[in-house]
Amino acid sequence: MPLNFVLFLGALLFCAGLYTVITKKNTIMVLVGVELMLNAANVNLVAFSRFDAIGIQGQVFALFVITVAAAEAAIGLALVVKVYQHFQSANIDEINELKG
Amino acid sequence: MSFPLIIFYFFGILSAAAAIYIAVTKNIIYAAFSLILCFIGLAGVFVFLGAEFIAVTQILVYVGGILVLLIFGVMLTNRLKGEKLVSQSRQKLLGFLVAGTLFFVLLKGILAANFSALEWMAAESGSKVGLKTLGMNLMTEYVLAFELIGLLLLIALIGAVYIAGNKRKEDKHAA
Repeated sequence: MPLNFVLFLGALLFCAGLYTVITKKNTIMVLVGVELMLNAANVNLVAFSRFDAIGIQGQVFALFVITVAAAEAAIGLALVVKVYQHFQSANIDEINELKG
Repeated sequence: MSFPLIIFYFFGILSAAAAIYIAVTKNIIYAAFSLILCFIGLAGVFVFLGAEFIAVTQILVYVGGILVLLIFGVMLTNRLKGEKLVSQSRQKLLGFLVAGTLFFVLLKGILAANFSALEWMAAESGSKVGLKTLGMNLMTEYVLAFELIGLLLLIALIGAVYIAGNKRKEDKHAA
């Protein structure tokens, strides 16, 4: 399988995720963008893990990244739900005070 | 072009298209479902890269877990009135400039890098190594990291339940 295509795919996913994080106003969309960026990293790790037959460190690390992503999504969504209960909004621009 | 290669490109382009759709769409639900498509495409790519276990984990954790969480999050943080759930955007041009420039830089870097000059890149293993090697490595060399990541996940999930859960005590004091 061509390595360059996989690396391009990773770059594209990362940039799409970055654009989503920067431009979207809804908090859920920002979390979606972060998930995309984590997956872009995974693509590169797995792609290079193919050349490491003994350790396959890339795959091991990708597994850890997936686990951390799951933890991040759980905590992030819990925070979003709490913030929504407090501000009655999931719009990032309206969440602008520390002490309500 | 051989048949497996065509399937591989299909999965890759599927996930790329889904990622671009997430970036441009306004509808939050469409974005969440597009994320499922993207992750399934990526799982296909992982299979072709010889990482079957990562592919299955990807589907189990992302499609089965994180996406359900995300859709629950959408449900809990929007007043559902039967209208479309729309996320506004801001500073589209600046965001596009930043993301586009980064993509261009990465593209140039990938094209300029001479990967075949690296010594360890010479031996491409293909899909011969797989589950057994991964399992052996996970349980011997990386066992500390493996246990720690399990602990981290436990702490994170308990923390998430604690943060999101209702605290009844305050209600009693108020009443």
